Amino acid sequence: MTNLPTSSSITLQINGAAHYLELDNRTTLLDALREQLDLTGAKKGCDHGQCGACTVLLDGRRANACLLLAVAVADRQITTIEGLANDQQLHPMQQAFIAHDGLQCGYCTPGQICSAIGMLAEARAGWPSAVTAPAAGSAAPTDPLVTDPLLPDDEIRERMSGNLCRCGAYVNIVAAISEVATA
Amino acid sequence: MTSTLSSLETLSPLETLSRPAATTRTVGTWLSRVDAIAKVTGQARYAGEFPLDDLAFGWLVTATVARGSIASIDHASAYAQYGVLAVIDHTNAERLTDPGDATLLQLQDDQVRHWGQVVAMVIAETSEQARSGAEALVVRYQQQEHDVLLAVDHPRIFKPDKVNPAYPAEVSYGDIDEAFAAAAVQLDQWYRTPAEHNNPMEPHACTARWDGQHLTVFDSNQGAYSVRTSLAKLFSLPSDAVRVLSDYVGGGFGSKGTARVPAVLATMASRALDRPVRVSLTRQQMYYLTGYRTPTIQQVRLAADEHGQLQALDHLAYSQTSQILEFAEQTAVMSRMMYASRTLRSSHRLVALDVPTPRWMRAPGEAPGAFALESAMDELAELAGIDPIELRIINEPQVEPGTGRGYSSRNLVGCLRQGALLFGWSERDRRPGVRRDGRWLIGTGVAAGTYPANNAPTTCTIQADPDGTFEVRITASDIGTGARTALGQVAADALQVPIDRLRLRLGDSDFGQAMIAGGSMGTASWSWAIVKAARELRQQLSEHGLGEDGLSVTADTRADVAAATDLVRHSYGAQFAEVRVDEATGEVRIARLVGVFTAGQIVNPIMARSQFIGGMTMGISMALHEESIMDVQFGDYVNHDLAGYHIAAHADVPAIEVSWLAEDDDQTNPSGIKGIGEVGIVGTAAAIANAVWHATGRRQRELPIRPDRVLRNGR
Repeated sequence: MTNLPTSSSITLQINGAAHYLELDNRTTLLDALREQLDLTGAKKGCDHGQCGACTVLLDGRRANACLLLAVAVADRQITTIEGLANDQQLHPMQQAFIAHDGLQCGYCTPGQICSAIGMLAEARAGWPSAVTAPAAGSAAPTDPLVTDPLLPDDEIRERMSGNLCRCGAYVNIVAAISEVATA
Repeated sequence: MTSTLSSLETLSPLETLSRPAATTRTVGTWLSRVDAIAKVTGQARYAGEFPLDDLAFGWLVTATVARGSIASIDHASAYAQYGVLAVIDHTNAERLTDPGDATLLQLQDDQVRHWGQVVAMVIAETSEQARSGAEALVVRYQQQEHDVLLAVDHPRIFKPDKVNPAYPAEVSYGDIDEAFAAAAVQLDQWYRTPAEHNNPMEPHACTARWDGQHLTVFDSNQGAYSVRTSLAKLFSLPSDAVRVLSDYVGGGFGSKGTARVPAVLATMASRALDRPVRVSLTRQQMYYLTGYRTPTIQQVRLAADEHGQLQALDHLAYSQTSQILEFAEQTAVMSRMMYASRTLRSSHRLVALDVPTPRWMRAPGEAPGAFALESAMDELAELAGIDPIELRIINEPQVEPGTGRGYSSRNLVGCLRQGALLFGWSERDRRPGVRRDGRWLIGTGVAAGTYPANNAPTTCTIQADPDGTFEVRITASDIGTGARTALGQVAADALQVPIDRLRLRLGDSDFGQAMIAGGSMGTASWSWAIVKAARELRQQLSEHGLGEDGLSVTADTRADVAAATDLVRHSYGAQFAEVRVDEATGEVRIARLVGVFTAGQIVNPIMARSQFIGGMTMGISMALHEESIMDVQFGDYVNHDLAGYHIAAHADVPAIEVSWLAEDDDQTNPSGIKGIGEVGIVGTAAAIANAVWHATGRRQRELPIRPDRVLRNGR
């Protein structure tokens, strides 16, 4: 006896456009983007949330698309690497990655860029990281951008450590993000 | 994808070529990657990203025993899953012809030779369905006792005939035992490096499509022509019936050097189903099916006179191979050309185990070999009371020891001295274990590195078009090195035209035989063919002019490469590390790294810096993190994913400073180019280990330098 699949009809909001899809319920957001919508910018590096190559922005926050079922994000605003450039104008983070040669093979690059954009928003919102020092006389972490508006490199490195790069472009990626953070 | 730029003037190639030569060359200048926009916008397409009509998906089922035979495979268990189109295993797979690489003989018999070997493939309409079918497939085994652990006293240890790619397994001169015994200073130590996995970010993938008798594959590899040759042989096809396309490749580091399982199985499935099929490896499957760096156990004996002059250099390396293919890593070959010793022996031992086949991983041989040799040199310097940089300079050879062959160019001493200046080495207190910043112990270390800089035969076609542009076609591969940009620079200079008049096309096996992106030989070999084709094209254009259809010239460097003189051609590097070691936990943090290299003509300084930094970053990873742990009971690698197998992440990598010395090497190839893909990782781990000793007073002779080893070892 053949096991019949269960599927759902959903609409995904991607890069400002609505996409109607009839999807196998097992389909991850990453596979929906890559296989159903031909948006292959989000990469599959591990399919287990261990490498960050599939990072997209979900309502502005970074998320691993390989860990999300597409049917579970039908009501969310999804931004992929393909949605960052505007009117032929690259996003400043994309420009900075080029200027600092923050890429080699390019496979982790879309995830690094989406993650960097989401990360800067987190930092600006005052979210601490594991390397953020506590405020004087308090157990609570300070706002990293209040103590140092330039967002120190060790903050960038800590906050970006979910995005692996095997070519070893980290030094240049941190320089690129730092430039955007201070712009 | 080509690198065409818009707004060309309309000049014919003849007019273009008759213009005065450009006053500034493109080679050596800072040019951004021509494919950077495609990569930062997500438009660059990799092998598993081509949407083909009627595409089906193959999912691999892999062995869960390390040795034995397949007793039964219940196809019905997979067909019970919706969407499953076919199950292929050894009972119904197409028969293949060995292309000289037995790891590609997939699904040909019932024998299991290592954990993770492919035992079946399930093909379905979607990847979800294929995976579901593969997970449902019931496979039963007749399990046999396996043998998976490398040991120096293994009863089947042997000396191989040769080591990768074709070095003699042993080289020796002089009476080394006599010289060692008589020397004033003696060191005899053992070093161990673990199995490591390449882990390019893009998992190996292949999409295959048959059009009648013609096969097209979109494949992730480091050399499309080599993959074409293997597929043609495997499937008994004329080679012109196979086209391999590898436009963008998401890293390889050796693991995509030749054809891998996805290319074979996608081709097989596509032929069986008569429709396009994609096979992508999971990250987990990469640990068993794509090669890895063999674990090594190395003995290094060094002896010197009271002035530090080496009297004996004895390097013995043990490594493993599989039951499928003999791969013997050249771990100890670096010791044959590095230092001037009065006597020398460099030798290898191998044992075939029930393990996946080890292959190339970034700087095969030199990377683990340098950890042992360069750690030992630091220990000898300590014993002899000589600065470790000076010890290396004292033993700088004028010709290759033993053979008397000359060096095409060699400036290791310059790298060491320049690095010492940049790093601030002269202020160093040689005593170990005396610097402290709170709970952190601080130390510095140095190591040297080298990698061969050879050339291999390559063909290239350059076509002059009537609109004044040129198309360069070469089966080169840009796996992240920047070849797509660098080769355009080389071609522009060779043709003496602005780079925006060129279209460079690569990654297509139809362009003919070419060296792979590997062995630090890609850019050098490809450039030679481009320069030769450009020279011949210029000559023909000046003699015959340009016809209505343009003019095209194909050059082959086979004879040129074969005519090269017998010299030692290498790039060199010196690496400096400052580390901080947590006294309580044993955690090692890298404070800074400095690397100085000599590698002939640097084609593009931006990308060269990135590649050197990348090599050193992987060196940090090798020093501190990477270790594939063999489970002796089950015969598999326990930590077979990116959660259990840690590669250096952002937080592990500090500021890295890289520079290089100008080097004009006219004995290596017409452009004086040496490869830079590998030399950057050679020596990094030793520099870090030596710095950890300097911080703590404890030698670390086993990689990776884990906190528990820092606390326990070298006391």
